[in-house]
Amino acid sequence: MHWLFAPGLLASAPVRQALLLGFLIALTAAVVGVFVVVRGQSFAGHALTDVATTGGAGAALYGLTPLVGFLTGAVAGAGAMELIGRERAQRRDVATGVVLGGATGLSGLFLYLSATTTSSTGVTQRVLFGSLFSVSSAMVPAALLIGALVLVVMAIVARPLLLSSVSPDIATARGLSPLTLGLAFLLVAATTVGLCALAIGSILSTALLIGPAAAALKVTRSLRSAIIVASVLGVAATWAGIVLSYDSYTWRSSHQGLPVSFFVVVLILLTYGLCAWRRARSTRV
Amino acid sequence: MFSGFMIHAWEVGTIVAIVAGVVGFFVVLRDSAFPAHAIPNGAFAGAAGASLIGVSTLIGLGVFAAAGALAIAALGRRTRNDVATALVLVGILAVGAAFLSQSTSYEPEVFSLLFGQILGVGTNQLLPVAVVGLGSCLIVIALARPLLLSSLTPDIARARGLRTDGLNVVFLLIVAAVTTIAVPVVGTLLMFTLMIGPPAAARGFTKRPSVALSLSALIAVVVLWAAIASAYAMNWPVGFFVGIFSALAYGLSRLWQWRR
Amino acid sequence: MTDTPVLAVSNVTVSFDGRRVLDDVSFAIAPGEFTGLIGSNGVGKTTLLRVILGLQKTSAGTITINGQPRAKAHSAIGYVPQRVSVDPDAPLRARDFVALGLDGHRLGLRRRSEESRAKIERVLAAVGAGSFADTRLGELSGGELQRILIAAALISDPSLLLLDEPLANLDPRSVQEIVALLHRIAQDFQVAILLSAHEMNALLPVMDRIVYLTAGRCASGTTDEVVQSDVLSALYGHHVDVLRLHGRVLVVAEPSDDVDHLPSHATLNLDA
Repeated sequence: MHWLFAPGLLASAPVRQALLLGFLIALTAAVVGVFVVVRGQSFAGHALTDVATTGGAGAALYGLTPLVGFLTGAVAGAGAMELIGRERAQRRDVATGVVLGGATGLSGLFLYLSATTTSSTGVTQRVLFGSLFSVSSAMVPAALLIGALVLVVMAIVARPLLLSSVSPDIATARGLSPLTLGLAFLLVAATTVGLCALAIGSILSTALLIGPAAAALKVTRSLRSAIIVASVLGVAATWAGIVLSYDSYTWRSSHQGLPVSFFVVVLILLTYGLCAWRRARSTRV
Repeated sequence: MFSGFMIHAWEVGTIVAIVAGVVGFFVVLRDSAFPAHAIPNGAFAGAAGASLIGVSTLIGLGVFAAAGALAIAALGRRTRNDVATALVLVGILAVGAAFLSQSTSYEPEVFSLLFGQILGVGTNQLLPVAVVGLGSCLIVIALARPLLLSSLTPDIARARGLRTDGLNVVFLLIVAAVTTIAVPVVGTLLMFTLMIGPPAAARGFTKRPSVALSLSALIAVVVLWAAIASAYAMNWPVGFFVGIFSALAYGLSRLWQWRR
Repeated sequence: MTDTPVLAVSNVTVSFDGRRVLDDVSFAIAPGEFTGLIGSNGVGKTTLLRVILGLQKTSAGTITINGQPRAKAHSAIGYVPQRVSVDPDAPLRARDFVALGLDGHRLGLRRRSEESRAKIERVLAAVGAGSFADTRLGELSGGELQRILIAAALISDPSLLLLDEPLANLDPRSVQEIVALLHRIAQDFQVAILLSAHEMNALLPVMDRIVYLTAGRCASGTTDEVVQSDVLSALYGHHVDVLRLHGRVLVVAEPSDDVDHLPSHATLNLDA
């Protein structure tokens, strides 16, 4: 096992912290992600991550904690999406694209100013591609709390949300409000995106949100098993990513490791590919 | 701001803007915002990899952009909400990030690849940019009517004998070509804004196709000129201003439509 | 028929997954003939149309258009699809789309000649589109869009105008208007017409030929020849009665477990 678990892996505090944080974030992402995919909102999920980037970059510039920045950005993005969401499909996509462009441009500005006016280095790659090992321990309780809160909320609204996603008319007839549920869910998704951004960077957080969920939905139909499978896949990919990233520092003599996010995303992609392939084979008669 | 190295920025910028506006007209018409987003991201990985092995970034951009275009053409479906293409897109970005993490000059490179910089193109690259840019424009204009027909009503186009699949491949490769010349100036993350904002704005001002096409190029040029001038004045990234001004142009067009 | 048929379908068979969607279908349309392809939903009408358009491969059989093999005859057929979804913001007017019917397959952006522009005007007038020719394509109503699609198909001087279910989901009055319009166009432009429908009565006054399709098999001829109890019973493989009442035709079958093959108008038909 020596080649897999490099020396000092579990003794290292940042690694243990990363494993804990990664566990909860991946779990939250899996649960929320299943609903994102079922509701066909992958594009919206992607859009949220772009606005989360702006928040994270802004936070870095003004010296706020990254988590606050990501969350604010994502939630603001959710608000914008709600407004745009009233349009017809093609116009909505164009409008979303243009707004995202503005937000991304703003990210660029914030990151540029961080690099040139503050003394912190590596802001760009931290915000965009994440650096799970260097999350400050002060933020960990907050992140864990937020994740737990999201999970509790999801446990409460899971059934009504599913009903209103699959059949808004029936839901309305039963006294639910699909619009309110939709908006609430968008906020939940935005919060989750903020957490994912903390783990693997804002640009890549889509993978953690929808990858394990989409893979799970390829191999199972029921909601409950999809959530379980997605959680297992997401947590496994995150932990494996952490371990491999830590190991990678010992691979080259220059001691430059590969980022956690790279491994996590690649593993998720492979998992999805496998599940999609299995699904394609079983439906071909 | 009109002397020395800035002249190249203006020259390259104008060509890039015209091409982006013309090609972007069809991107919006064909509802191809997603490939317009995905191909530059693929190019990002290519540029990162090229810089790692010491090859010209333009080549890295070009090769990966073309590969991305062909992959999207092969995947074939309507990609707007497709999970698979979103994951592949993110995967390519992650690979690019990995490439960049291995080089020593990490941050400035990441930055200029993603958000562009005004000195993005050196003197010796004006010729390739002009050739690729104008060539792409000519091809798109030659194919304008078949592209229009196959974008609006693919079944009718096919019944008339048009090879819609072939057209699609050519079109995506053109997007890849435009990406290659535009990324150094505008950056991979913001390239698509230049290809979507101005055409989206143009179609709000007119309902005649030829006017919309010209207006699309014109607005793109104005946006990019304003962006270059502002970037020079404030010493901020070009990409930021492209994003903001594109959004502004689109906003004005929506306002105009709303008032009528 | 003495002239070369505009369309000759010969022994066409199409199979999907071992199931024969079209089974040895043969018929021919003479120049200028108004033909109705009649059959319930799911019997293979759309498949047959797609085969004729070259969008669907056959397992057997050939299609010739004006005597030439299908593959070479792209401009001879004007196609009017049932549904087209258009982005409301797309920057082109109705007349621009009609113009594409003329040169949408040509490279280059040469300015349209006087002759082309006159053609566009003529075709727009023929479908009654004068009042909405300059409206944005995406803002047209369903009926207006249908007329524009017809105009776009007509402008390339086709030998055959092919329409996929143009009467579906229309109120009875609009059905009459479109049928009258198509009849006028067939005469003024001397073009053959083939349209698919699942109800034949609205077309009785104008149809020269009916191609009656069921479960992949067809019978072709005039209405009087084809819509007879013995012919249709043989086609269905099940006894059906044909009633003529008030100038309308009713095809009624005995109730049976074999629901697939029965005509959709197997119960009393109350169309206007």
